[in-house]
Amino acid sequence: MALDHQAKRDFKVVGTRVARPDGIDKVTGKAAYGADITAPGMLFGRILRSPHAHARIKSIDVSEAAKAPGVKAVVTSADLASPDDEYYADIRDNCLAREKVLYDGHAVAAVAATSKAAAKAAIRLIKVDYEILPHVTDVDEAMKPDAPVVQEGRALENVPAGMSQNVTSHFEFGHGDLDAGFAKADKIIERTFKTAATHQGYIEPQACMASLGADGRGEVWCCTQGQYMVRANCAEVLGIEASQLRVISSEIGGGFGGKTTTFIEPVALALSRKSGKPVKIVMTREEVLRATGPTVSTSMDIKIGMTNEGRITAARGELRYQGGAFPCGTVEFGAQAAFAAYDLEAVQTLGWNVMTNRPKEIAYRAPGAPTSIYAVESVVDELCQELGLDPLDVRLMNAARKGTLSAYGPTFSEIGLVATLEAAKAHPHYNAPLGPNQGRGLSCGFWFNFGGNTCVSLNINDDGTIGVVEGNPDIGGSRASISMMAAEELGVPYDKVRTVIADTTSLGFNDVTDGSRVTFAVGLATIKAARAAIQEMCKRVAKIWGIDEDAVLWEDGFAKPSGPNAGTHPPMSLAEIAAIAGNTGGPIAGHHEVNADGAGVSFGVHLVDTEVDPETGATKILRYTIFQDAGKAVHPDYVEGQMQGGAVQGIGWALNEEYIYGEDGRLQNAGFLDYRIPVASDLPSIETVILEIPNPGHPYGVRGVGETPIVPPLAAISNAVSRAAGVRMTELPMSPPRLLKAMSA
Amino acid sequence: MHESGCAAFAPFAESWKTQMRYVKPESYEAASAVLVAEQGIARILTGGTDVLVMLKAEVVEPDLMVDIKHLPGMRDIVSEDGGYRIGAAVSSAQLGEHAGVKAMWPGVVEGAELIGSTQVQNRATMVGNLCTASPAADSVPALVTANAIARVHGPDGARDVPVVDIPIGPGKTSLLKGEFITSTYLPARPDNAADAYLRFIPRTEMDIAVSSAAVSLELDASGSVTAAFVALGAVAPTVRLVPDAGAALIGTKLDAAAIAGLVAAAEAACSPITDKRGTIEFRTKTAGVLAKRAAHIAYSRAGGKT
Amino acid sequence: MKMIPVETTINGDRTEFLCNSDESLLDVLRDRLGLTGAKEGCGTGDCGACSVTLNGRLVCSCLVLGVEVDGAEVETIEGMADGETLHPLQRIFIEEAALQCGICTPGILIAAKSLLEKNPDPTDTEVRYWLAGNLCRCTGYDKIIKAVQKAAAEMRAA
Repeated sequence: MALDHQAKRDFKVVGTRVARPDGIDKVTGKAAYGADITAPGMLFGRILRSPHAHARIKSIDVSEAAKAPGVKAVVTSADLASPDDEYYADIRDNCLAREKVLYDGHAVAAVAATSKAAAKAAIRLIKVDYEILPHVTDVDEAMKPDAPVVQEGRALENVPAGMSQNVTSHFEFGHGDLDAGFAKADKIIERTFKTAATHQGYIEPQACMASLGADGRGEVWCCTQGQYMVRANCAEVLGIEASQLRVISSEIGGGFGGKTTTFIEPVALALSRKSGKPVKIVMTREEVLRATGPTVSTSMDIKIGMTNEGRITAARGELRYQGGAFPCGTVEFGAQAAFAAYDLEAVQTLGWNVMTNRPKEIAYRAPGAPTSIYAVESVVDELCQELGLDPLDVRLMNAARKGTLSAYGPTFSEIGLVATLEAAKAHPHYNAPLGPNQGRGLSCGFWFNFGGNTCVSLNINDDGTIGVVEGNPDIGGSRASISMMAAEELGVPYDKVRTVIADTTSLGFNDVTDGSRVTFAVGLATIKAARAAIQEMCKRVAKIWGIDEDAVLWEDGFAKPSGPNAGTHPPMSLAEIAAIAGNTGGPIAGHHEVNADGAGVSFGVHLVDTEVDPETGATKILRYTIFQDAGKAVHPDYVEGQMQGGAVQGIGWALNEEYIYGEDGRLQNAGFLDYRIPVASDLPSIETVILEIPNPGHPYGVRGVGETPIVPPLAAISNAVSRAAGVRMTELPMSPPRLLKAMSA
Repeated sequence: MHESGCAAFAPFAESWKTQMRYVKPESYEAASAVLVAEQGIARILTGGTDVLVMLKAEVVEPDLMVDIKHLPGMRDIVSEDGGYRIGAAVSSAQLGEHAGVKAMWPGVVEGAELIGSTQVQNRATMVGNLCTASPAADSVPALVTANAIARVHGPDGARDVPVVDIPIGPGKTSLLKGEFITSTYLPARPDNAADAYLRFIPRTEMDIAVSSAAVSLELDASGSVTAAFVALGAVAPTVRLVPDAGAALIGTKLDAAAIAGLVAAAEAACSPITDKRGTIEFRTKTAGVLAKRAAHIAYSRAGGKT
Repeated sequence: MKMIPVETTINGDRTEFLCNSDESLLDVLRDRLGLTGAKEGCGTGDCGACSVTLNGRLVCSCLVLGVEVDGAEVETIEGMADGETLHPLQRIFIEEAALQCGICTPGILIAAKSLLEKNPDPTDTEVRYWLAGNLCRCTGYDKIIKAVQKAAAEMRAA
C-alpha cells in the first residue's frame, strides 16, 4: 500500500508522545509474563541436557525416573512426531535430541512432576548412555575437510565437492568487474576479521505452560514473538492439527529475535499429553545461554579498493558464518547487507554457512548484518586513515541513494542514508575536541526490514470506542503505535482506542514480530482496516441521509456531506453512528489481511568517542550519538528507545560479550556474571537524532527502526578505538586483554 | 562446572528426601557443636550472596545450613584499642556507612563495597567473602595489607588468626571442622597512614576481579614511607602479600625508581592462570599497574605529596 | 522433612507461609504468595530483576532464603503504589518511556526508590552506579536515568 499522496499531512496523533496501554500493569508488577501463570493441577517440567558437545545416544533409560515420587510423565524424542519438512524436523530434533546430541546443553529428555524438587530429583534418575564423538566449535576449523561432521547430508547442491559436510550452503551477490575495479584503485586494503557468538540477552528466560488433552486439543501460554509460529511448530512437532491448538502470547520480557522459535513449548505439550495435566516449564539463565539460540560466530575476509580522493572502486567480501548444529541461512543476510550502504560499480559478496557443535542459531536484531558491516566499515575506515581522508566525506562520496543499484540486487527508492550522514556531519559531536587517549569513530548501518503476513480486525464498539485486534506480540511499545494509527485514521482521540494482541484462534496467520515489521505492517493493515470501517460507516450514513455513498466523506472523526450537492446534513460523529449501528445493519467493523511488502530499508549512522586506558586496554564510551531514518516516527519516544537499546546491545557486542567454549566443547560462561552485558554505569547518555525520509511503501511513510541500531556500534567503536589506541582490532569483542595485547605488540 | 542430571549414574538419587536442615543456633558454643556433629555437608550463612548462588547452581547441596547472623556481636562495629572490631555479619553497605572505619581504613571499605551490586553489598560480608576463598575476592587484599586479624570460634573456644592465613587455596580455608569466624579486627593507625584497593574488571561494575591490588602505607612527617604493605588478588591461588613490593617503597616518596621497583616486584609475584576472564600476561601486567595506582592513592590519602 | 513456618510482614501486611529450607525468598513470593512482580532473570544475583527491600535495605530476593525473613519487613513492587495512586517513579517511568518490555521495571523501580530514600539528590553517575545491579536489555538505560532524575526532582519539591 503506497504512501498517501495527500499534501504534506498534518498528523494529529501520529508523532505525539502518548502513554502506552500496558504501562500501569508493568510498573505495578501486575503484567503477566511467561512464568507468571499457574493452573489447577499444574505440573513442573524439567529438562535433562547433554553435558557433551557431540555424542551418539546409545540408549536412554527413563524407568527409574518414571517411578520416582511425584513424576507423572517422562518424554524423549520418541514421544514427538516425525515431520517430513526438514525445517520442522530440525526444530523437533533441537527440542529433544533424536540420535545424537549435537551441542553442550542439547535437550535429551524431560520430566513433569508435582513439584520443582521432585522434577529436579527425577532428572537425575534418567540414565543416558553416550558414545562421545569428536566435536568442533570454531567456524574455520569446521570448514576443514577433515573436521568432525556434525550432521551428514545437509549440504545444498551449490556447495562445491570436497568441502567438509559441515558446509551447508553458499551464496553469492554482486555486480560489475572486480578486477577492473581493483585495478583502478590507488589503495587496496585486505583484512580478515573474526567475531564471537553473542546472545540476545533478554532478561526474561523462556517460560510456558502447556496443556494438551487426549482429544488433541490444547493450549499454550508462552512468552514468544509469534504465537502463530508457536502453533505451527508445535502442531508439526507433536503431530496435531494447528486449529486444535490455541496459543496465547503473554507479555514478553525481551525477544530481539531470540524468541522467534520454540524450545520448550513442544516439550511441555508432550509432557502434558502424557500426564493429562498442564505442565509449566521455565528455563534457567544457564539453560537460556547454553541451549536457546545465540548468534552466529564469524570469520570474514574483506577487500576494498579506493582512489586517493576517496571513491571506492571495488569491494569484495567472503563471509564464513557458523550457525550451530543445524543448517542456518543467516550468512545470506550478512552477505546482502555487507555493502548495502555503498554505490559501487564492482562488488561481490560470498557467503558460506557452516555447522558446528553449538546451539542452533536464531535471529538477533538484524541477523548477519552487524558482523559483516563491522568488517566492511572497518576497512573503509582504515582506508580513510591511510589516505588521510575524512570518514564522513568518504561515506557521502560513496553513499547509496535513490536509484543506486544496491550490492545485493534491488535498486533503491527514497532512502535516508545521505540525510543521516549530513546530519552527523552537521552535529556538534562531529567536531568536538578530543583529549589524550581518546578517539572518534563512525559507522553506517543498514537493515532491510520486512513486511509479512498480517491480519488486523478493527471493531467500532457501540459506545464509540474502538477495539483493534492484531496478532503480533508487543516487544517495543507497538500497541501504542497501532492505536495511534487507528486513532489518526478514524479521527478520534488516542484514548478511545484499545489495541489487543489476539491468540491464534482469533485471527488468521501472522508472521512473527521480527524484521522491524510491526509498526510498518501491522500499522499498514490497521490503517486499511480503519479505512474499511470508515467506508462502512459512510455507507450507513449515506443510507440515513438518503444520498449516494460517495457523497459522504470522513473528516476528523465525522461523516460529512462531501459537497453542496450532497445536501445539508449535520455531521455525524463516530460515536453517534456506532450508537445506532444495530438499526443500520448491525455492528460495524473493518478488517485487513495481507502479505505486506514495501517495507522501507532503514539506514543509520553512529558517532562514538572512546577513551582507551593505555595501561590496561579498558575502553570507556565517552559520547554516543545516533542518527537514523525512521521514515515517519509514529511515537518518537519509542523510536528513540529502539535506537538507544539497539546501540547498547551493539556496544556490548563490540566490547565484552562473547560465547566462550572450552577445549571440551562446553560453554564456560553460561550466566550473566561472565556473559557480560552492559550495565548502567558503563554508558553515557545516548543522544538520538531521528530523520524522516518517508517510505513510499507505507501510507504514513513508516520504516521499521528496531534492527538497524545494533549494526553500526561494532565498527564505530572499533574505528574510535583505532584512533584512541593506535591499533585496529579485527577480532570481537575487543575486550581489554585483547586490546592490551594488540597495543603492546 | 557440571550441571545436574548429566551423569549416567545417580549418586544423589535419595537426597531430595533429606531436605537441607536450617538452624539458627542460640550461642557460639551451640553453633560449633552443631557444625562438629554434622556428618554431611554443612555451610554457614551470613550474607548468603555466595552460598545461595552455589545452591542454585547445584554446585553444593548442604545437609545443614547454620545461620549465625543473629549471634551476639555479629552485626556490630566496635572501637577496640584504637582500631575496630567488625562483626562477621556486618554487611559491606553497613561497613561503608561507618565514618570511623571508612576514615581509618578506606581501602578495606573500598574492597568490601566493590563486591557485586548495591543489592549484594546490602547482604555480603567481608568474612563471607574471605571464607568463600575465591582467589579474586575483593575484600581480602586490603584486609591482608591492613594486617587484619580474624577471630575464630571453635569447639575449643576462640583463637585469633591473621586474615592472610585463612585462605589456603581456591575454595579452601584453614578453618577446622566446627570453626567459624565471628569478627575481624582492624588495628589502630598512626597519623599519616592510609590504604587503597583497586581491581581490574572489564565493565564498570558487577564483574569478578581479573586482577587486584591493595596497598597500605605509613609515612613520616616529611612524607617518606616508613611502612608499606602490598597485596595482590586474582593472580595466584590465594591472595598474595608481596614483601618485596612493599620494601621497594620504604624510605621513598614514591619516585619513579621506587614505583618501578614496586611494579617489578608485583609482576614477579604473580602466578595467575588464563581463563574466561583474563590471560596470564594480562593479569600480570595489570596487577603491576594497579599496585602502582593504588600506591599513589594511598600515598595521597596519607597526606603525601608527589 | 516438614516445611518451615515463617511469619513476616510484606508490604505492610502480616503474612505467614510455609516453605522448604532451600527455597529463596523469590521462590516464596512467586510460587507461594502469588506476588509475581519480582522476576527471576538469572537466579544468581546478577540481574536485579528480583529486587525487593528487606528491613529497608535493597536486596536480591533470589539471594535470600525464605526462612530468613521471619520477623522481618519485606517490600515488593506490589506495595509501591498507594491504591490507585502511583508512586512518582512509577508514573514518571510511564510518562518518560523508561520501559520497553517492562521485565526489569519492577526491580529498577524498587532499586530507584531505595536510592532516593537514601540520597534524594543523586548525580547521574550515582544513579548509574546504584543501578548497576539492575540489568536492562531494551532501553540502553538512558530514559531510565532521566526518569529517575525527573522523579527525584519532583519528590524533592514536594
